[in-house]
Formats: sequence, C-alpha cells, structure tokens
Amino acid sequence: MSDKLPSHVVTPGAGPAYDHGDKFKVEKLDFFYGGFNALTDISVSIKRHAVTAFIGPSGCGKSTFLRCLNRMNDLIPGTRVEGRITLDDHDVYGSGVDPVDLRRRVGMIFQQPNPFPMSIYDNVAYGPKLHGVRKKSELDAIVEESLKRANVWKEVKDILSRGGLTLSGGQQQRLCIARVLAVEPEVLLMDEPCSAIDPTSVQKIEDLMAELKDRITIVIVTHNMQQAARVSDYTAFFLQEVAGEPAHLVEYDRTASLFTTPKDRRTEDYITGRFG
Amino acid sequence: MSDSRDPRTGEPIPEMCADPKSAENSPRPPARQALMTISKATYFKEAALKNLFLVCACVAVAGVALIFLFVGLEGWPIFAKVGVFNFLGGLKWYPTKQFFGILTLIVNSMLAMIGALAIGGPLAVGTAVFLSEVASPRMREIVRPAVELLAGIPSVVYGFFGLVMLRPIVAHVFGGLGFGLFTVWLILAVMIVPTIATLTEDALRSVPDGIREASYAMGATKWQTIWRVLLPAAKIGIIDAIILGMGRAIGETMAVVMVAGNARVIPDGIFKPFLTLTTVIVLDMPYAAGDHRTALFGVAIVLFIISMLFVAAIRVISRFGKEMS
Repeated sequence: MSDKLPSHVVTPGAGPAYDHGDKFKVEKLDFFYGGFNALTDISVSIKRHAVTAFIGPSGCGKSTFLRCLNRMNDLIPGTRVEGRITLDDHDVYGSGVDPVDLRRRVGMIFQQPNPFPMSIYDNVAYGPKLHGVRKKSELDAIVEESLKRANVWKEVKDILSRGGLTLSGGQQQRLCIARVLAVEPEVLLMDEPCSAIDPTSVQKIEDLMAELKDRITIVIVTHNMQQAARVSDYTAFFLQEVAGEPAHLVEYDRTASLFTTPKDRRTEDYITGRFG
Repeated sequence: MSDSRDPRTGEPIPEMCADPKSAENSPRPPARQALMTISKATYFKEAALKNLFLVCACVAVAGVALIFLFVGLEGWPIFAKVGVFNFLGGLKWYPTKQFFGILTLIVNSMLAMIGALAIGGPLAVGTAVFLSEVASPRMREIVRPAVELLAGIPSVVYGFFGLVMLRPIVAHVFGGLGFGLFTVWLILAVMIVPTIATLTEDALRSVPDGIREASYAMGATKWQTIWRVLLPAAKIGIIDAIILGMGRAIGETMAVVMVAGNARVIPDGIFKPFLTLTTVIVLDMPYAAGDHRTALFGVAIVLFIISMLFVAAIRVISRFGKEMS
C-alpha cells in the first residue's frame, strides 16, 4: 500500500520515514498451539529501516506473532505455523533453514530484562564469542560499541566486571539490548520492552530506537499507545474479537494515519480508549 | 469537620468516625466494641505447638552433639597416646602390633572418592542436563523415577551386585581377582549418581526460562546454551551437589567392604585391593579391644571431621554464590 506514498513522509514524533522496501513479508499466516488456532490470516509487510509497532488488547496474539518472525515459537512443543514468512525474500520456515542462524540475524528483547548471571562485559561478549570472535581487543571494541549504541555505556563503563544482575531493571534492559546489538542483527524484535522498567530508561530506550533504525529494522510490541505513536513509523492493530476464536490483524498503516484517521471502526474504538 | 481527609488515601473520612456526636443520627452502629482478649486455651495451644516444634529441632541437634561427644570421648585417648601426628601421619596400621597410623586409610578413602567422582560426577551432571534440558516429558517420566530408585537401593545390595556381577567381569577383562580400587569406583560412581543428578537438576531448573530464551534468541544452539549459560548459572548448586556426592562416597561402607579386597596398604595399581577409613571400622570392630578399639573411634572422629568440612564447604560456597549475584 505504501508503494503509492511519496518516497518520504514526516510522521509525528518519529522523524522522517523513508520507504526502503520490505524486510519481512508475511502472507496468510495461521498459528496453532496444538489444536488451538491462535492467529489467523495475517498478511503484513514490515518495512526495512523503520519502526513497526504492534498494538492491541492483552491476549490478542501480538507477542505470538512477533515470536513467529524469529521462530522462537519452535521452542514450544506442539506449535505449528501455516502460511509464509519471508526475510529478504527467503522463506523463514523453508525446509533446511537453520533457526539458529535466523535468530542471530533477527534479535529479540523480552518484556522481563533477562541478563545472564555473569559480568556486564561477558553478557555483551557472549554473542560475539558464540560466533567465533576470540581476540580480546576485538571483543573489547564490540562491547564498548554495543553498550554505547544501547545508551548504557556511561552508566556501566567503570563497572564492566560487575554482575549484570546488580544493575537496575532499566539498565538491565539496555544491557540486554547491547547484548543483542553485539551480534549485529538486521532486525530487532522487542516484546513490550518498556513495561517492566523505570521512566528514565524508557526514555533512553525510545531514544536509542530512533538512533538504531538507520541500520536496523525494529518491530515493537507495546501496550502503550502513546509509545507506539511516539516511536513507530508503522502500526499494526491486532484483535481477538471472540474469546476462543483466533486473533487477526484489523488494520495496518503508517502510524500517523492509523492514529489520526483510522479506517476501521474497531481501531478507532481501541485508540480512543473505548475498550482494551 | 466535614472536609477532613484520610492522609493516606486522600478520601474523605466518614462522618461517623470524624465526629462521634453525629453517630446517634447515623444508621450504622458506633464502632466502640472492645477488642477481644486472647483466650487462655488459644494461648496455651500456641505455646504448646511452638515448644513441640522446638523439641523436634532439638532432637536433631542433640543427636549430633551426643554422637560427637561419645565418639570424641571414646576416641580421644588414642591421639593423646600415639600423638596426633603419628596417628594421622603414620602409614602402618597394625593395631595388634601397636602401629596406629591411619594415613594409608585416609589416602585410600580419598582415592576411592576421587575415582568415583571422576566417573560418577560427569555421569550424574549429564543425567541432570538430559532430564532438565533435553528429555521429552515422556522420557523424563521414565528416567527420573529410575534415578530416584537408584538412591533407594540399600548399599548392601550394591555391594552384593558388585561382588557377584561386577567383580567377575572386572577379573575377566583385566585379570586378577577383581577386588580393588577400580571395582569400588564403578560401584561408588553409580551410588553417587542419584545424589548429584537430583540436586543438579534442581539447580538447572531454578535457572529462569528467560535466560534460556535470551540465549536461543541470540542464535545460540542448545549445546552452546547448556555449556556457556546454564551450567555456569547453576554452578553453585552443582558444586554443592558434587560435595554432597563426595560425602556419600567417602562415608560409604557396606558396598565398599564387599568389593575392596581390604588389604592394609596403599594400592599400587587400580586393580589392587585396599582398606578405607570406613571399612576398617566395620572389619576390626568385632574383635578390637583396648587401644585398638580406641583407635577405631579415632578413625570415626576423622570421618566426622571430614564430613563437617564438607558441610562447611557447602555453606561457604553458597554464601559466596549469593554475594556474587
């Protein structure tokens, strides 16, 4: 749809958004937990170098959908995907695709900050070491660069050997972001990254999202509509209309359009606070 | 009075409470009922229960204290008689000829323990990793009870199994009679598996799932996640488990006495027979008298101190672990 839009459009609060084409393309996706059809008929394109927000009431499948994008749901026994997801035109669920390599390219941040019980330095160096970086000087450089990009370097640069779990919740979350950035992902999936942390850190995370998107594609699930409006270029609204029925995608548009002139009645009701 | 507000909630305080006079007009009864005093029956019941639990706890403490006192009083004279250094440092244990050196026995006990740990430790940790990280729920339901059952087998049965099954096999494969260090290692290794495996599995399970997800989401494989994140995260619990396994191995008597061969020397090969701190007590006690008997209590004191050191080590390590995180 956005192909028809001018090459760049200014969205409120999110800076200029350029259309660099599709990073992810999802076609007619259905998701099952055992026999339960949790998501149905999701088709959406996620724009490269933009921030896309998924909004919707609790339990509407936003997080489930997010976890389809890096195949984290594979780890839950009995789950199944139908339809097609492509990353740069390559089928994510194609036969022989290694989910481990996919996850290196598509990093993820969780709702609860989850640093490893090891030093701040080792947390960030974990990914590079996994993927074969051995030289100390190289690791040092990656650790510093990643912590800087995650907006937490100033707070931790003198305590790199201290345990990651000694930091405050907000600092832990930014440490987790640094840990993911250290493996140079192409996409960053954020599953309600700000719902368990202090407002100052929320501000810092929103700032770093704006800084990161010229190199990375970001998808964020959020309960906070103001946050979606502030940080995202595109917004997708998910809804499960009847309990027990699968959730689906109601509306997907540029954030500016979706929040000012929603096309669907249900979107309007949700963003004006009539339910959810 | 009408605009007085509760300082915590900011809600207006109901008139009835704020102004007692208006209570007469209020439909609700005034809140003036006296608080009930505690009844004697309740008081005595509470006190009795508290003391009952105290008594239960005291039995355990008294048990340890009494055993220590008894063993200490019985065994102490040997230290005084032959000297601490000669007793702990002497290589010759010929009590009937007045040689009371137990270094040979200490070394042998350590040899038995170290070998058992070297075989049983990895086996147990591997079992725990399988149960906690790899096995399907159905597989887990088969393996876990089997491991737990292993802990319930009486040690004399292990010894019997070792004597009748394992010893002939060892003798057939490696020559000799099959009594000795190697056979003891195999038996003890199996015996410490349930202790170490169960506690290691608990330690792995207590690692939050978020940490597993974080590792997988970084593009780590299952093996990398286990080796680089989960085992380090659970290491304090695993070390505790291993120390408890060491305690089990060093204290084991019945199974060892049946397959060790019981020669009073430090074995000069892994298929040679040997005598340990525990087995000497069970073998010599029936006929020991005088200084010999006292010396056996001295051996018991040494065993007691070794297990106290293990318990102390666990406490120190756990505290250290808490400070680290």
